[in-house]
Amino acid sequence: MSTTEQPRSRAEEEAPKADSGRGSARKRRRPRSSFLPYGMVLPAAVMELLIHIIPMLLGIYIAFLSLTQLTIRNWTSAPFVGLENFIRGLDPSGSLGGALFESLFRTVLYTALVVGLSWALGMAAAVALNSRFRGRGVLRTLFLVPYALPVYVAAIIWAFMFNQRDGMINRLLVEDLGLLDDRPFWLIGGNSFWVLVIVSIWRLWPFAFLMLLAALQSIPADMYEAAAIDGASTWKRFTGITLPMVRSANAVVLLVMGLWTFNEFNIPYLLFGDTSPEAARLISPLIYEHSFVNWNFGLGAAMSVLLLIVLIIASAVYVRMVLPKGRGND
Amino acid sequence: MTETTGFRWFRRITLAFLTVFTVLPLYVLVVTSVKPLENVRGLFTWLPDRITFQPYVDMWSTIPLARYLTNSLVVTITATVLALIISVLAAYPLARLRFRGKRVFSMTVLSTQMFPGILFLLPLFLIFVQGEEILGIQLTGSYTGLIITYLTFALPFSIWMLAGYIQAIPEGLEEAAMIDGTSRIGALVRVILPVARPGILAVGVFAFITAWGEVLFASVLTDTETRTLSIGLKLYTSQVDTLWNQLLAASLTISLPVIVAFMLVQRHLVSGLSAGAVK
Repeated sequence: MSTTEQPRSRAEEEAPKADSGRGSARKRRRPRSSFLPYGMVLPAAVMELLIHIIPMLLGIYIAFLSLTQLTIRNWTSAPFVGLENFIRGLDPSGSLGGALFESLFRTVLYTALVVGLSWALGMAAAVALNSRFRGRGVLRTLFLVPYALPVYVAAIIWAFMFNQRDGMINRLLVEDLGLLDDRPFWLIGGNSFWVLVIVSIWRLWPFAFLMLLAALQSIPADMYEAAAIDGASTWKRFTGITLPMVRSANAVVLLVMGLWTFNEFNIPYLLFGDTSPEAARLISPLIYEHSFVNWNFGLGAAMSVLLLIVLIIASAVYVRMVLPKGRGND
Repeated sequence: MTETTGFRWFRRITLAFLTVFTVLPLYVLVVTSVKPLENVRGLFTWLPDRITFQPYVDMWSTIPLARYLTNSLVVTITATVLALIISVLAAYPLARLRFRGKRVFSMTVLSTQMFPGILFLLPLFLIFVQGEEILGIQLTGSYTGLIITYLTFALPFSIWMLAGYIQAIPEGLEEAAMIDGTSRIGALVRVILPVARPGILAVGVFAFITAWGEVLFASVLTDTETRTLSIGLKLYTSQVDTLWNQLLAASLTISLPVIVAFMLVQRHLVSGLSAGAVK
């Protein structure tokens, strides 16, 4: 989707501008109509400025301060330490920086797995439920429940299922299916990463499903009929019609899901608490730990700035890759 | 459309897998919430030894659940309504009018979507504290601070989606109204709003879900009085034990209204999305 105006409306809006020197009736109306859009976007602009832009700039500034529990009370006079936080926090050979880059790499892997699999499940479900059959309405509603559920409820249920040694998952794997001999711990140690991935997918795939189902429904049915008459197989129809037609929806869905997942804080925080196990330590919880558990806000801010830069570069590359072709569908 | 056998099998397997994946946790949620406490400890049982609704009674007195529920409702509903008003106002000129700075505005709003929450949590807290001193408005530990934070979270996606949605509405509709003597705002209220209702509903549901599930900012911006459900539910866990049956009974209770609301608007949601965001 795009928010750029269509050519038709552009031509119309340009017309009064061109002859504004003459026609006095036009001239009188012009100031109002040129003020109107600004008045309408003003509340949104003010809120964005207040809650997003200014805090972000302040956050970047804090990255250059020595802001700890000692200086937080009077933060405006916290000592300026230049690049010290960046050097300490982002040095890959240091222990802090080493942990940071490790968690950055882990977050990339986590994002790729969660977004990739959520997309695949969402797409499969959307294709399956786009055809008519008995029980379609029920499944369509059911599949949206994980997304409608508050995220903390989802995390609470899964935490209970992966609970200690005697939760539902171990009951299923050890007692009922006999797949494992002893009961692994899930929420600590190496397994915790996979728990995080599964819970995140459970929560996210219905979003992909919802968005892609909507996109599929806007594809005219006669395209498929024409292809079927030409003898195209189901798979051919999927790759030849469905995928190209939902290209711009895919771009939006993947970008949004990617950003959400890369910044994910809620699910690890709810599953593991203040400190994630090392195997599952994503970047946002790591920064939270430095800021609000170890009280080193300057260091946390420096790490956040790195995170922001990574996100901007990744998004810019992605948008550049996708947009030029996606535009043609508008 | 003709269906091949292969497609039917693909459909069966996909839907069976996804149904189990979706339902398993929901089953655990429901079944645990009606178990007596001694049945929740130790190895998980697929069926309760006996069914009891005592967790649904006890959960209200173990923690001040009613207060947290009220807090969540006040904050989320206010934030959603304000977000809708603000984003309809902003989406309309983006979809229809031509003005200087439009591209900059829409790109800026969109890019705020990718700011990591963790980056501006502390700065926002510091700004709120500073604002309290200067303006005398209680922003931390009050509804106000949380409401304006949540409504802003909803804005980028809402504006973006609504702009696409409004763009898809034929311009002739408003032009006709304006020829009849209505102002642009009048046309927006009388023509666009009714036609865009499914899109607005869809955006409202998204805004509601975002705010209802928020954890990070709630943990810093609330105090014992204004705590929302996302933070308050932790209190079912003590040093020694978690009252899982009460915790899950409370979880189910507070999820039910959202799920029912979501199901009711589900149809509009898909049609709203297909006209708006995924065009």
